[in-house]
Amino acid sequence: MGVRKAITGAQASAEAMRQINPDVVAAYPITPQTPIVEEFAKYVADGVVDTEMVAVESEHSAMSAVVGAETAGARAMSATSSQGLALMWEVVAATPGLRLPIVMSLVNRTISAPINIHCDHSDVMGLTTLGWIQIFSENAQEVYENTLLAIRVAEDNRVQLPAMVNQDGFITSHAVEPVEIFDDASVQRFVGARSLDRALLDVKQVRSVGPLVLPDYLFEFKRAQEEAMSKVFEVYREVGAELGAITGRQYPFFETYQTEDAEAVIVVLNSAAGTTKAAIDIMRAHGKKVGLLKPILFRPFPYAEVREALKNVPVIGVLDRSMAFGACAPLYAELRNALWALDKRPAMQSYIYGLGGRDIMTTEIEGVFEELLSGKLDSEHQRYIGLRG
Amino acid sequence: MSERKNWQEVELGAQLPAATSLGYKTGGWRVLRPIFDPSACTHCMICVTYCPDMAIPVAKSEQGVAGKGGRVYKGVVRLATNLDYCKGCGICAHECPSKAITMMREEEAEQASCKL
Amino acid sequence: MPTLQEIAWKTDGPDIRFVSGHRMCSGCGIGAIVKTVLAASDKPVVVVNATGCLEVVTTTYPFTSWNTPWMHLTFENAASVASGIEAAYKALKRSGKITDDVNILAIGGDGGTYDIGFQALSGALERRHKFMYLVYDNEAYMNTGDQRSGATPFGANTTTVPVGKVSFGKPQWRKNLVEIAAAHRIPYVAQTAAHSIMDLYKKAQKGFNADGPAVLAVLQPCTTNWAFDPSLTMQYSKLAVETNFWPLYEVENGVVHINVKPSNRKPIEEFLKGQTRFRHLFKPENAHVIVEMQKMIDDEWARLLKIEESGIQF
Repeated sequence: MGVRKAITGAQASAEAMRQINPDVVAAYPITPQTPIVEEFAKYVADGVVDTEMVAVESEHSAMSAVVGAETAGARAMSATSSQGLALMWEVVAATPGLRLPIVMSLVNRTISAPINIHCDHSDVMGLTTLGWIQIFSENAQEVYENTLLAIRVAEDNRVQLPAMVNQDGFITSHAVEPVEIFDDASVQRFVGARSLDRALLDVKQVRSVGPLVLPDYLFEFKRAQEEAMSKVFEVYREVGAELGAITGRQYPFFETYQTEDAEAVIVVLNSAAGTTKAAIDIMRAHGKKVGLLKPILFRPFPYAEVREALKNVPVIGVLDRSMAFGACAPLYAELRNALWALDKRPAMQSYIYGLGGRDIMTTEIEGVFEELLSGKLDSEHQRYIGLRG
Repeated sequence: MSERKNWQEVELGAQLPAATSLGYKTGGWRVLRPIFDPSACTHCMICVTYCPDMAIPVAKSEQGVAGKGGRVYKGVVRLATNLDYCKGCGICAHECPSKAITMMREEEAEQASCKL
Repeated sequence: MPTLQEIAWKTDGPDIRFVSGHRMCSGCGIGAIVKTVLAASDKPVVVVNATGCLEVVTTTYPFTSWNTPWMHLTFENAASVASGIEAAYKALKRSGKITDDVNILAIGGDGGTYDIGFQALSGALERRHKFMYLVYDNEAYMNTGDQRSGATPFGANTTTVPVGKVSFGKPQWRKNLVEIAAAHRIPYVAQTAAHSIMDLYKKAQKGFNADGPAVLAVLQPCTTNWAFDPSLTMQYSKLAVETNFWPLYEVENGVVHINVKPSNRKPIEEFLKGQTRFRHLFKPENAHVIVEMQKMIDDEWARLLKIEESGIQF
């Protein structure tokens, strides 16, 4: 049993980092991520953690310093949002190829322009092809636990890949909720220490890291990287079971809610899944058989498991908090991919909602369910929730 | 590098062990060969420290080696140029204060060494 | 101060930290610079290398010329990566996870330093990480074929500011990186050149031993794109100093000291001639460019002398 604390998603992230006690944190302030590093900086200032904190001059340098530290042999972490992620993109892209198990919090915020500090998923969806493990969190509790989980999955010898833990900007990062924090000793036993097997600072094992690889070899390295990504599923299950022994919870690839007999299911990431559950409760009270699938592990994407979970659902609506402009929205595209192999495919509808922090209400979700149940769908054209005109 | 590794065999994150380029011989680039005359050398180490290819090996000699003016030079002495790596830039010959190194066209140098 | 024999034993003897088999152009002085700087450290050196000539030619997989821990990430962040390595070093030392002492060396070319890596360098200097930053300055983007950088000298022909009917090459003077670095009030900044092995070694030693960040700017004449015979690399380096084009000086705890004062400074033409990038300056219509260049060099030199004489700290 843990202790319940009333904290924000950002504080939950910082709380996980406090327990992980990384060797190095390098970060740069950006709304709405800033409270994570501010909170963590207090831990550093009070000597609560042993971390060497580097308050760098840009996000590009933040991820560069984290890569330097991680290559040196440290456990290193960072946090960012939106424009910060865009600025560090080059280094974010290089990290999986170096096989560095860096864990970073991403507080999701829309990417400029127009500039806006509020939540959508256009920051993370812009880099889902780079090779980071992507984990999504509905609320502060999940932020906390997913961060602990991510460290162990990333650092597992079968994986050795970076992981990003997502939470919705402001909606989760700045809202106070009760979060159950588990005792330091159990959590620290779970996270353990990073192996120094590949440490550049081990001067007795001299090595060169990050050489120029020409066409004769690059392809082989990328194939090996893909193999490591495919190992994430088994590692995630194992590590999730270990964490579950402390928390009493389970860590599935995705959560399903009321899907057993559902005639229509909504698929949605992060905080809007909570709103959807509330809408489902209302509709179920009126006898409407509706349900939810909330992806948690987004990279790698558990296609087979999602297909199995949704194989008997006749109608599926997918809600994306970002667009792909001229192509299927990112989450919708994954669901289409997952369900394509079914003999009897469901009817599907893509919806865009919540861009730039626009609220989505239970009434709007109910409207979507009604539309899904009505059968008036068009799988080739996305629809917009809460858009004027 | 006759056998190339498969994807299952490549190093994690392309990390390399130290100093593997010793297996890559750059001597084949050479057009001019430095011809070293030990009898003119003072072992001043200008050629050694200037050599961008670490192609002039050194040794510590207590009994010393004969050099310029018939003198015996002790301590750190230069040895014959390592032609496996020498690219023939000619910095050593140009900078040698004792003119102990001359550059010869590679094909002439090969012919000359055949005659010997 | 060690003798050249002692230095040679460290650069080319049994404990060599930088080995043969790299693919630098024949006659490129970067090899001499790097082996000398590495030899000046009494501790193992952990190197982080910005993208550029040195990185590309020394680590073409599966070959590496480094016999000391080395990493490369991207182009503009050698100083930030060094910040992270230094932070890791402090943390891992403190927790007892590692025990060996090291020096940390970041290396970049002029493009990776004066231009794209400038912000990262400034940030790392301001945060006072204990590391040395070495810039080998060949005065343009030479790895990609001679594009203009913030270090390219006035009047030089480059592929991005070429000489043409209405252009005499680069119309601006270069940045003074040494003074910019010194403005961060770091303990040690120095300017030296490829040919001056003793000076380079001594300055690298001071940089490694400084109580905080150090910056070493080293002129590296580029045989390929300055286009002179590969045997003349060290000659052009000497001429740069003898003409006061590239003074050898250091700023130690803010105090300027000029290491070499040419008794009769040579006219700048001595340095310019034989270099393809300056060939156009010898046409009559460009005579004014050389005059202007000479004036700038003399003014800069006079200014440097005054700073030294004044004893005023940076």
